[in-house]
Amino acid sequence: MYKYDNYDQAIVDARVAEFRDQVNRRMAGEITEDQFKPLRLMNGLYLQLHAYMLRVAIPYGTLDSRQTRMLAHIARKYDRDYGHFTTRQNIQYNWIKLEECADLLEDLASVEMHAIQTSGNCIRNISSDQYAGAAADEVADPRPLAELLRQWSTFHPEFSYLPRKFKIAVIASPEDRAAMRLHDIGLELVKKDGVLGARVFVGGGMGRTPMIAPEINPFVEADDLLSYIEACLRVYNRYGRRDNVYKARIKILVHEIGADEYRRQVTEEFAHVKTLGIDPPLAELERITAFFAPPAFEATEAEPDRSDPDFAVWLDQNVKPHKQAGYAIVNISLKPIGGIPGDASSSQIDVMADLAEKYSFDELRVTHAQNIVLPYVAKRDLYAVWHALREAELANANLDLISDIIACPGLDYCSLANARSIPIAQKIATRFADAERQRDIGELKLKISGCINACGHHHAGHIGILGVDKKGVENYQLTLGGSGAEDVSIGKITGPGFDEDGIIDAVEKAVEKYRELRDGDERFVDTYRRVGMEPFKEAIYG
Amino acid sequence: MVEFRYRDDEVTEQPSVTLDAFLDQSNATAVRLEPDDDARALIPFLDRLTLIEVAFPKFRDGRGYSSARILREAGYTGELRAQGDVLVDQIAFMRRCGFDSFAPEGSLNPADVEAAFARYENVYQGAADAAVPVWKLRHG
Repeated sequence: MYKYDNYDQAIVDARVAEFRDQVNRRMAGEITEDQFKPLRLMNGLYLQLHAYMLRVAIPYGTLDSRQTRMLAHIARKYDRDYGHFTTRQNIQYNWIKLEECADLLEDLASVEMHAIQTSGNCIRNISSDQYAGAAADEVADPRPLAELLRQWSTFHPEFSYLPRKFKIAVIASPEDRAAMRLHDIGLELVKKDGVLGARVFVGGGMGRTPMIAPEINPFVEADDLLSYIEACLRVYNRYGRRDNVYKARIKILVHEIGADEYRRQVTEEFAHVKTLGIDPPLAELERITAFFAPPAFEATEAEPDRSDPDFAVWLDQNVKPHKQAGYAIVNISLKPIGGIPGDASSSQIDVMADLAEKYSFDELRVTHAQNIVLPYVAKRDLYAVWHALREAELANANLDLISDIIACPGLDYCSLANARSIPIAQKIATRFADAERQRDIGELKLKISGCINACGHHHAGHIGILGVDKKGVENYQLTLGGSGAEDVSIGKITGPGFDEDGIIDAVEKAVEKYRELRDGDERFVDTYRRVGMEPFKEAIYG
Repeated sequence: MVEFRYRDDEVTEQPSVTLDAFLDQSNATAVRLEPDDDARALIPFLDRLTLIEVAFPKFRDGRGYSSARILREAGYTGELRAQGDVLVDQIAFMRRCGFDSFAPEGSLNPADVEAAFARYENVYQGAADAAVPVWKLRHG
């Protein structure tokens, strides 16, 4: 875990004081809501349908138990006793009072956390692989670079008023667990002749025009990366469209001028930027890397006792192999049947913090699929962990199954939404509640967005659902064949949309068609890719 | 109307001309850049300019920040003025990008402006000002 030094702490403390001053000016009527809006939006404070919503940054999804307990404390003290983990590895609180906001931020700052740049047209929280430091297939831990980028992007004076928001993801494995190529910039750490560097992908994104980021550079050395990214951003700041908010993301620029022309401009800009001396020395990356040193693993060979069948099911579904012998990665699903995807109560958050402290070297991760990970659990402790999770109703054995649904807050909370997402997720999970049927269906990533902005990643769902407003009535479109993983693809729409009950039936018909057509242990998405849309269309509309 | 100026030299009296007008003729020494003007076009002429005014018609349009840095990086030492929708909450970023005078449309309270400049003692990244980034302080 990265630890703040005095510089980091002073910057976050100064931000709390600045925001307190801005809120006080607003409360005193010295500034109007119009003038206040851009200020609060630089700090993750949105005015939603019913109340203020505050989004708290969880850099690259990594937390320690002290920070996690603070998230529970905030839910208890300032909200309605729960929080919502988001698809960007952050947490949102839905019922915040403006007058308490600065106190909340001060509490956060006491555990080295903040809400800086969790909204606004600036560089947002850097996301990463939730298995970082634990995955057997990583070439390096991606988090030190993510932290370097966090610092570089914090209050970046040139890039705080970009054409649109800007999201960066860093991974270090061939397997992509972070939807890397659906970000404005995606970085995949690789080694070339023993030198650490990154493949740089630019111009991916979801929203109303989904795009998969093309590779702009196959290898940028680690100590050139900040200059290179600065060049990427400067070209975007200069030429990104500002006439139409829906065409302002970098994906539109890269698409309109083409990857080759964008690359040419970045190369030219980089040649200049590299002369400015803005890259920290490798010693700074090494300083940060030291905080992410592997924990003090013990030599242990103990395998868990599988005699409890419920435990064995959870073990097979939610526990993943670790790079360290004797250890495992535990996924805690926040997707109980009929629950709200990504929500956790204060007491559940406390339980997860306790488990991390006791069994996972004090670390937790938030995943973009709105689940939690304990990254370093000794196999001999798995049964105890499962027991404690079950007590807290957190032992849902459905990781990557059809009920492990990503859903945005939708019209239940969000002022941008056209349709509700949460009830659709609840109904689908309930329809497929039979655990054996879910396991038989196998890996199926179902993602729901309540509007075209695609916060629920529907384009990247094996099955995607998009809620739209059709003459005042909620209507749901169905897409098939998307993926946010290394086999990244954008889902295709099946045809006319459905009402609330119709969409549940349509999903079930598509799934049953898959069961009929699948070849061996083929996943849903692989069958779709093999047979195409037609058989599914017939099953759904025929 | 220039409200805040952080230079010791004389204020230039010449009115600024548009970039097109400047490139067409001229022996003007003051030029005004709109957000969609490419600041790099001025690079061959920097030593004869005493004022470059960068327009911010809307505070949300951040192209002027890049224009300012590009000019300073190319060695421009004359006055660099931010004009238009310049708000107190942006003024510190503008100064970091190299602006040294400010002509906001609305009036700003000088005490608020001073507070904004003083708010953050340290910065994380190099820019066009003299601030030393934290990584440099850490590594001497």
